[in-house]
Amino acid sequence: MPDLGKYAETVLGAYGVSILVIIIFVLWTARRAQKVKQELGKAEARSQQKTRN
Amino acid sequence: MSIWDHANPKKFMSFSGFILPYISILSMGLLSWGLIWGFFFTPDEVRQGSTVKIIYLHVPTALLAINGWFVMLVGSLIWLVRRHHVSALIAKAAAPVGLTMTIIAILTGAIWGQPMWGTFWAWDPRLTSFLILFLFYLGYISLWKTIQNPEKAADLTALLCIVGTVFAILSRYAVNFWNQGLHQGASLSLDKTENISNIFYIPLIISIAGFLTLFLTLVLVRTRTEIRLRRLSNLHLIESRS
Repeated sequence: MPDLGKYAETVLGAYGVSILVIIIFVLWTARRAQKVKQELGKAEARSQQKTRN
Repeated sequence: MSIWDHANPKKFMSFSGFILPYISILSMGLLSWGLIWGFFFTPDEVRQGSTVKIIYLHVPTALLAINGWFVMLVGSLIWLVRRHHVSALIAKAAAPVGLTMTIIAILTGAIWGQPMWGTFWAWDPRLTSFLILFLFYLGYISLWKTIQNPEKAADLTALLCIVGTVFAILSRYAVNFWNQGLHQGASLSLDKTENISNIFYIPLIISIAGFLTLFLTLVLVRTRTEIRLRRLSNLHLIESRS
């Protein structure tokens, strides 16, 4: 760990907040993508089933 | 192969699906490299002390907050001129990513500003134009959510994007337009005498490359989701009619 001196709180705060915002956004994006992909898969399967019937 | 071939959703899905694993790994590598180098292995600056390490977060996110809007502008203009749905969806997908970059740029700027300027916020030209850009991002995202008809939503958001471009340009050049305020000039310059020292410059460039590839990864993932949502909505429509 580098010696951040009297600005340790400022630097760690900036890194902490930024990394937290990035992680939350990346997880939200990935989760939403997964959910929509699954829903589309189900809807396409239903649609193909109907076409066959 | 022409670039316009990617306006076909199937081709876009196939191409983006192929490059996504590579670009996401590249993004994680560059981001870790740039931030670890910047945080652990760069010295303090004479006047700013260790707060100079915030540059590796603030500068890349501020750059992408502004350039993210230009990605939306290009997508919107292509939509208005050529009516390619994928381009409108790229613009839509880029907005939340640009907003996230804007939030990080404003937060890191405020955290840095407290010890350096003695205040978290000042009504300085660059800060104010950035705040307006943040509000434009919120307005743009809200407009997409409010309008049900996708074509009408794409048209109106494209117009809003063109208007917001004025503030994106102001955010970039406010320091040059108004030679006043607290915010210092650009950290990066083509003029070697004005540019920051190489000790800070190289990790900063790597960090910018990391954030840029992260931006591209997120925009591609979100565009693919938007294309799937459009297809899902069409299937629901067909189901409800039959």
